[in-house]
Amino acid sequence: MHDMSAHAAQHGAPTSFIRKHIFSLDHKVIGKQYYALALVAVIVGMVLSWLMRLHLGFANFAIPGLHLLSKNGAPGDIMTPEYYLQLMTMHGTIMVFFVLTTAPFAAFGNFFLPIQTGAEDMPFPHFNMMSFWVTFTGFIILMASFFVSDGPTLGGWTQYAPLSAVGAVAGPGQGTGVVLWAFSIAFFCVGQLFGSLNFITTTLDMRCKGMSLMRLPLSAWAWFITSIMGLTAFAVLMPAAILLILDHVAGTSFFVASNLVINDSLLPHSGGSTLLWQHLFWFFGHPEVYIAIIPGMGIVSHILITNMRRPMLSHRVLIYSMGALAVLSYMVYGHHMFVSGMNPISSLAFSFPTLIITIPSTIIVLIWLGSLYGSKLRINTASLFALGFVSMFISGGVSGFFLAQPSIDIMLHATYFVVGHFHLVMAVAAIFGIFGGTYFWFPKMTGRMMNESLGKLHFWLTFVGTYCIFMPFHYLGIAGNVRRYQAFVDDYLIPLIPVHKFITVAALATGAAQLIFIYNLIHSRFKGAPAPDNPWQGTSLEWSTATPPPHNNFGDKMPVVYHDPYQYSVEGASSDFIMQTSSESVHSADEEK
Amino acid sequence: MAKLLAVTIIVIAIASAVPIVLHIWPLPADISAHGHLIDEQYADTMWEAGISFLASQILLAIFIWKYATPAPNATIKRFPGGAAALVIAAFVLVGTEVLALGVFGAKAWGQAYFSPPSADALPVQVQAGQFAFYFRYPGPDGKFGPIHANLISEANANFYGLDTTNDQDSKDDIVTAEMAIPVNREIHLLMHSKDLGHSFYVPELRVHQDFVPGLDLSIHFTATKTGKYEIVCTQLCGLGHYNMKAYLEVKSPEDYDAWLKQQAALQ
Repeated sequence: MHDMSAHAAQHGAPTSFIRKHIFSLDHKVIGKQYYALALVAVIVGMVLSWLMRLHLGFANFAIPGLHLLSKNGAPGDIMTPEYYLQLMTMHGTIMVFFVLTTAPFAAFGNFFLPIQTGAEDMPFPHFNMMSFWVTFTGFIILMASFFVSDGPTLGGWTQYAPLSAVGAVAGPGQGTGVVLWAFSIAFFCVGQLFGSLNFITTTLDMRCKGMSLMRLPLSAWAWFITSIMGLTAFAVLMPAAILLILDHVAGTSFFVASNLVINDSLLPHSGGSTLLWQHLFWFFGHPEVYIAIIPGMGIVSHILITNMRRPMLSHRVLIYSMGALAVLSYMVYGHHMFVSGMNPISSLAFSFPTLIITIPSTIIVLIWLGSLYGSKLRINTASLFALGFVSMFISGGVSGFFLAQPSIDIMLHATYFVVGHFHLVMAVAAIFGIFGGTYFWFPKMTGRMMNESLGKLHFWLTFVGTYCIFMPFHYLGIAGNVRRYQAFVDDYLIPLIPVHKFITVAALATGAAQLIFIYNLIHSRFKGAPAPDNPWQGTSLEWSTATPPPHNNFGDKMPVVYHDPYQYSVEGASSDFIMQTSSESVHSADEEK
Repeated sequence: MAKLLAVTIIVIAIASAVPIVLHIWPLPADISAHGHLIDEQYADTMWEAGISFLASQILLAIFIWKYATPAPNATIKRFPGGAAALVIAAFVLVGTEVLALGVFGAKAWGQAYFSPPSADALPVQVQAGQFAFYFRYPGPDGKFGPIHANLISEANANFYGLDTTNDQDSKDDIVTAEMAIPVNREIHLLMHSKDLGHSFYVPELRVHQDFVPGLDLSIHFTATKTGKYEIVCTQLCGLGHYNMKAYLEVKSPEDYDAWLKQQAALQ
């Protein structure tokens, strides 16, 4: 394992600034670069959500300075209908791709997967460097669309055809805006493919002596499973994005049917399929949900175990359940299309796997709960966010029972119920995983501790705040409140506006609480207390090396692993944890069968 | 702090359940013949999802409360039955639950989608386009004239692209901006999009179907209560999406006939 590929990863410590900090081959630097990218992206995405919420809660509210962002989009600082949709599309795209995929998978995975497997680096460092810079280019292309004459695309992050494929005739941003969007996504896909190849090879080929696959921590397993999904899902989205570009620039009609009329003129397209885009998009899109959340499950399990001072009730069951989620996620995508005009028999065929996927999800939650039972739970900011993740995942998960059924989907499809569901189960839960991971691993990544008091304050405001935002979304959906409306002009929606006002206030307050996190992050980076090598008394390999880890991760001596990853509270041991590298021979508590 | 978190989780869980349990926040009132099956399925799912939600959140809270401050000499305790018991519980409880939901849900779905419209269903066509619906009734001959995409013109108010000079079937077609239907009569709704993806959603009617450009679909339903309802678009179709709507009036058969005559006179 290790000997075979050690050479592939070997590269000397860089000396120049550019090689060290910019075009770095070091997986740790690349991980931090991904984290920084996600941080910038999440700030942009969050500000966009504030602007949207202000507009929805208080129609025709003049947002001071908004005209500076777009003269046409916000004349007199009041958002136009099309500008609302453009900001909404950018919010979704930025958050799903450049935050929820980038931070838990690419950022933490890059930094910690090689360390947790006991590798010196990833096997293909140049590909790894390219993966970040290609992703970064994708982000710049997406941001550039803010500055083209008619603004970014307004088609929503799902970019349904033919709205996305017929060009500027369909509305502002549907010409250049869509082309930039599709290029951005294609670049992002290439970056993820490079990254996934590295993750898979690291896990399979780069493990140190004694590190069997089952001795990998749950976080490493989560990244491994996610990278296999990334390889297959992004490989479908990329060609779809290219076909969309061709419909714009090469006169093809992959996604546009014949005889369509806009503004009284017949479109010069023929023979394409509208539903083809939806099939291609959701074949990627549903696995993407799990690409966003499985790393969070791994990170949260890893944090919980360290803070419960015990292994999970079963290491294997959690791994198999995450694997089952990954496999099933390819068989359920049609539940996004129950009322799309797809054959109604297909709707039933997609409904059953969607219902069945609740079984591995339930097993994961029950293993978390069953492991909390009888533990010695430590409360710190990282464990608070991990517990918050569990609560959010339950809340977001149960609404899946409704949306998995085509008959109920007749009522709830494309309403705020769906928005509430996916925000809780994949967005907020994944963000809680990112926060937990940050408070937990920041000491190892930077050599300094974060401020715990500020961290806890941040947790409380965020936990209560996000519930205040996203629970009411479900009630709006039950009342039939359609999503992607920039104003609520229908008679039956007008009584719901007070709920929207409440959500807006909650969103602004919760958003403001994130400033505490950003302050804590920056302040601790420079002024935080120096971190010891193993501040949480953890057992996995990242805690057995120096803080921050040296260039080749483990210094002169490569680690040798003697134990399963989570040897906590082992009877007869000299302390309440035995590190994986400890040669202390004890009757191993392995896992409870 | 652990106890505060436990209490917070329980308060949030109960507060979330109150509007549903006390029926403060129901689905919009049903006015369709098939809707009760959907509503029953929704109610059953609410029970099952609601119990899963409350039970898991409360267990989470109890375990946080209880195990966050262990006695100094506390030892790790194993959950009775261990992982195997939990896996079996998940398979048996959730497995039965989702199987039941799947099977009964299929019945509700099948009733809406798997039966053909009856022979005497009233055909009505709806055309969606940025950002309006137009409706067409076949007139006395019972036949819709063909649509000519190249003749579609908002400017000339020829919303359907009808050639009333040459197409015999088009001559008596009645095109309206609002939809009226007789109560307790099955409607066979033929759906056509002239430009992009749109959707036809009437919450009270328990009807929701996307328009697919290039693929004409049909659905059928029966309204059981007179009144005025809104048809809204739920598929993002451009800047005016939020404002794409039409009224649906469910009328007594006599009122409907009078309305149709009036509309025919306006053509």
